[in-house]
Amino acid sequence: MLLTITTTYQPATDLGYLLHKNPARAQPPTELSFGQAHVFYSEVSAERCSAHLLLDVDPVGLVRGHGQPQQYVNDRPYAASSFLSVALARVLREGLTGRSRERPELANTLIPLEFQIACVPSRGGEKLLRGLFEPLGYSVDAQSLELDERFPAWGDSPYFNLTLRITATLSSALTHLYVLIPVLDDDKHYWVGEDEVQKLLRFGSGWLETHPLREEIAARYLKHRRALTRSLLAQLEPDLESVDDVNEEIPVTEPAQSLHQQRLETVLAELRRSGAKRVLDLGCGEGKLLRLLMADKQFEQITGMDVSHRALEFAEKRLKLAELPEARRARVTLLQGSLTYRDVRLEGFDAAALVEVIEHLELYRLAALERTVFEFMRPRVVIVTTPNAEYNAQWQTLPAGAMRHSDHRFEWTRAEFTDWAKRVASSFGYTVRVSGVGLEDALVGAASQMAVFTLVGDSA
Amino acid sequence: MNIAIPELSLVVLIGSSGSGKSSFAKTHFKPTEILSSDFFRGLVADDENSQSATPDAFEALYFILEKRLKAGLLTVIDATNVRSEDRKKLVATARAFHVLPVAIVLDMPERLCLERNASRPDRQFGAHVVRGHVSAVQRSVRGRHLEREGFRHVFVLRSPEEVATVTLERTRLWNNLRHLRGPFDIIGDVHGCIDELRGLLEQLGYGLSNDLVTPPAGRTAVFVGDLVDRGPDTPAVLRLVMGMVAAGTALCVPGNHDVKLMRALGGKQVSVAHGLAQSLEQLALETPEFRSDVIKFVDGLVSHYVLDDGQLVVAHAGMKAALQGRGSGVVREFALYGETTGETDEYGLPVRANWAAEYRGSAMVVYGHTPTLEPEWVNRTICIDTGCVFGGKLTALRYPENALVSVNALREYAVPSKPLQPVQELLTQQQSLDDVLNLSDVIGKRIVETRLRGRVTVREENAAAALEVMARFAVNPKWLVYLPPTMSPVETSNMDGYLERPEEALSYYAAGGVERVLLEEKHMGSRAVVVIARDLEAASERFGVLDESGIVYTRTGRRFFGDLSLEQQLLERLRAAMTASGFWERLGTTWAVLDCELMPWSAKAQSLLEGQYAPVGAAAQSALSQAVAVLGQSHHVAELLERFESRLATVAAYRDAYARYCWPVQSLEDYRLAPFHLLATEGAVHSDKNHRWHLEELAQICAADLRGVLFTTQQLEVDLSSEASRSEAVRWWEALTARGGEGAVCKPLEFISHGKRGLLQPAVKVRGREYLRIIYGAEYTLPEHLVRLRSRGLSAKRSLALREFAVGMEGLERFVRREPLRRTHEAVFAVLALESEPVDSRL
Repeated sequence: MLLTITTTYQPATDLGYLLHKNPARAQPPTELSFGQAHVFYSEVSAERCSAHLLLDVDPVGLVRGHGQPQQYVNDRPYAASSFLSVALARVLREGLTGRSRERPELANTLIPLEFQIACVPSRGGEKLLRGLFEPLGYSVDAQSLELDERFPAWGDSPYFNLTLRITATLSSALTHLYVLIPVLDDDKHYWVGEDEVQKLLRFGSGWLETHPLREEIAARYLKHRRALTRSLLAQLEPDLESVDDVNEEIPVTEPAQSLHQQRLETVLAELRRSGAKRVLDLGCGEGKLLRLLMADKQFEQITGMDVSHRALEFAEKRLKLAELPEARRARVTLLQGSLTYRDVRLEGFDAAALVEVIEHLELYRLAALERTVFEFMRPRVVIVTTPNAEYNAQWQTLPAGAMRHSDHRFEWTRAEFTDWAKRVASSFGYTVRVSGVGLEDALVGAASQMAVFTLVGDSA
Repeated sequence: MNIAIPELSLVVLIGSSGSGKSSFAKTHFKPTEILSSDFFRGLVADDENSQSATPDAFEALYFILEKRLKAGLLTVIDATNVRSEDRKKLVATARAFHVLPVAIVLDMPERLCLERNASRPDRQFGAHVVRGHVSAVQRSVRGRHLEREGFRHVFVLRSPEEVATVTLERTRLWNNLRHLRGPFDIIGDVHGCIDELRGLLEQLGYGLSNDLVTPPAGRTAVFVGDLVDRGPDTPAVLRLVMGMVAAGTALCVPGNHDVKLMRALGGKQVSVAHGLAQSLEQLALETPEFRSDVIKFVDGLVSHYVLDDGQLVVAHAGMKAALQGRGSGVVREFALYGETTGETDEYGLPVRANWAAEYRGSAMVVYGHTPTLEPEWVNRTICIDTGCVFGGKLTALRYPENALVSVNALREYAVPSKPLQPVQELLTQQQSLDDVLNLSDVIGKRIVETRLRGRVTVREENAAAALEVMARFAVNPKWLVYLPPTMSPVETSNMDGYLERPEEALSYYAAGGVERVLLEEKHMGSRAVVVIARDLEAASERFGVLDESGIVYTRTGRRFFGDLSLEQQLLERLRAAMTASGFWERLGTTWAVLDCELMPWSAKAQSLLEGQYAPVGAAAQSALSQAVAVLGQSHHVAELLERFESRLATVAAYRDAYARYCWPVQSLEDYRLAPFHLLATEGAVHSDKNHRWHLEELAQICAADLRGVLFTTQQLEVDLSSEASRSEAVRWWEALTARGGEGAVCKPLEFISHGKRGLLQPAVKVRGREYLRIIYGAEYTLPEHLVRLRSRGLSAKRSLALREFAVGMEGLERFVRREPLRRTHEAVFAVLALESEPVDSRL
């Protein structure tokens, strides 16, 4: 990690007073928890003076210490990050706070400054770099680094060598860097809590309030902890609306939650109509459908199954199961399971819903799902929804031929889904009705499609 | 007085408080066999006499009782049991588990009971209680009261003197022939086909002169019943089999036809159908003595037999695990008729419930009753009725060889009311069943029995983690017959500049008593397991997979190639080389499982390269070179400059290290497949061959691939007793890694090696100094880093490697033995689950 500070203010060597580091003398290294920080000068003249802050991070210590990075091969010793901010605050404290014993008036003077920062990670690319610094008055020169010049096909790395130029007080510029370097890195090497909110309010005072990317800055600086971000923005701008959930697991291409909501409502209506009392939500995820089912007294036994243990933990929290009174708690069961294995715990139910589930299985594993659901669980009613691939063309942001979610193994056209549904119905003794769900287009049909299977001989 | 009770029974002691039940129980039964109501009162209430605790005490007692009866253990109930309703509940429980209820009544004089209670300060309930007990006991032994309640044996003891003389004898159940170890020839439904029976016996090596049958030395015939009806000569068959049973050369269980014939002969009203008429006509020509012998013979037949230490069960219509070795009406009905669903099919015949599909028992079950064209194994059960009387054939199963022997019917003697069940066109019954595995066979805490390392435990949370991977990413379980184990590195070297050196590997095996080891080049690619069949037909026959003739998958069971046509091309290439090298004939197989490395690394690891290895290299290169540049222009920083120059040098070496394993792939020709284990082929897991054999076999295949996609693994055999050989090994490794090789794998020459303390590591890896930069970071070779990195614990990794190896080989062995897929899958799933145990990922 290397930060170079250059000024052409005359005499340029006064930079030494601002930084509280004598250009004529060797500076002893500063010991930090993650390594050493060194300050030295390359160019020292009245016209131009360059100071360098160089971090020598111990790569083995990082992993063996609290074990924050799990792997020895990581960019932490090299990429500009919160380590650099910590070093700024420790080693160049006077410069950052603008307290110069020898040149107090200079510390408050706008001087021409140039900052070079080696290896700045920016997963938002050059656009983000400019978006962060240009509104603050910097001229930005960002050079991207190739991943490996021997393999041009691999493209660029997320790192930039960044040069920033501005005429400002040294203190204000270092303050910007102190905040924005970890924002670019989108990580912190230490725990982020409420005092980090206070720190950001302090360091952001006078510029963050009006920064066009303040929400993004706040979210990244606070490690995407929603409560902290909300608290900060409320203090920064008390009339601000709350921030949207950032980690929602909804495919980015679906325009609004409304499609998913619509899908759930449609499935719920079908389940109500079926008269089912004991229902299964197969692939329940974080429990959105379960929540709807729990609100309706018709459903006496509600079982949510998912293959992901983590999703079930989320569901348990979201549905606040632990806080429900015993009688209501007993209605709901969450189980880890898989649709490719027969599971006797899932047998004997009235109805089952598979909302946006089948497309997460490889086509060659669908046969197993068909048998576990239709032969063994054998509920009276089975509801299956899946995307309508034809509708994908309606989404501008979705590249042609791409699927809606990175984990989708296939997406079917209406004809493909109908064929499948009919074949399954006839081989397992069900009748089936297929329909569209969500926004309907005259040519390509609805965004999502649904099949409702009913066991033959079932009168309900 | 001698009391003889069946070895598996529920013994209900009946007697007043103070009648001496507990002493009696202690005298004649093991403490663990006795469930005493007093004891359970104590358990649930800390007071053996607390009457208010009685309901809870009995609930707990019944819970244990059911567990014991389920496990087939004789159990004694030590409670007063004086009330009829209490006993009825016990009888019902015994029935539910097909265990015989036995009553032993201690009908002691009231005075004696009172005296005994008086001497016990904890039993100060009133005399009226004892009086009530005593009169209830006396009522219950009057007439055949207890027998009517359902007790099969009732013993009444009337005085302390009589109690003192009791000897207790446990009698073997009729169906328990565990002590007979075979070998057996189990013969299917004969139905009066005497010629075919004689022919079959001859083919099995039995000597026949008239009705005298001499089995080959040590062998015993076992008839699955239905000797009679429909066929041309029921009396001759009966005469022959009855003779063999009487001579002790055969066992026989009854079939439904045999029983019905017996009842008809005995004058019972039965509907004369299904060939019974023929039997009656034929027997009418026999003497009355013979007919009465037949009645006695069939009447004396035992519903089913448990043989060979419980490993073999023979019954006419099969036998569920829960009923094996038990005695009850239900057991007998099942043995004769199997289980029916209560429905009838289009031919008016009862629809049979497919108990075999659900069978999970460890005993092999051989049965008949349902004619089929070809016998098929389903979950360790097999039906060997091949419809001889309907013009099919008469079949025997040789046990323990598990070989089927048949003779064709000379003609069709009867027309079946429905056609013999046609052989399923595409998949066998077992293969169809295997399409759906049970979740309960993989989740939760599991213990896998392995041949190599005994019981291996899989923790519940690891199984849960594995479920997600298996369900979301793994290939069809029918292909997934093996997952490779993790491999431990060698002990850490103390040589300057190194973490791993071959010397430690050689010492490890030498210390384990190994004489020869092999150093194999470790390819830097991605692990690939190749399961390949000679053709589509072989794939469907052996793996039950349709439309695919092989697969390539990763060490976590994912399909290796996203592009299935590339997978097909690679399999085609390999198949062609196997065919050209005469592999199929040489190994006598139509399929093989190969453990391979597939290169380049970049083909599979592109996202790792682009997301981790290359970015870190780019960042390090840029950050450190800029630091070196500014340090070069600065003063007072000479030492720092030197330090950053040496850091920068390591980064260049790191970037070279990964670049060696990267090359672009456009077509199959850009890939390299290096097989190094020929794991299994038909009938064999090749863990009994040494690694020289493996590499030579595989080299023959590779040599047949002229275009060089198949890649032979370099190797060096080392004699550990020779210093020269060991030095040569070190030089070989140094040269290999100097050329940029990842390193070497050191294996004992034998695939499976045991040292003084058990199984040895099947292999340890010795990674090259440069390669390890990809693992420990570019700068790891700097002395201040190396000294810390040397402290690394290998024991968790080594234990894991051994457990995974044992479980992985177990899975393959089960597959080769043609066990149901769930048994193979259990092991494969366990390997995946073990992989989620936390170990140092750098090892």
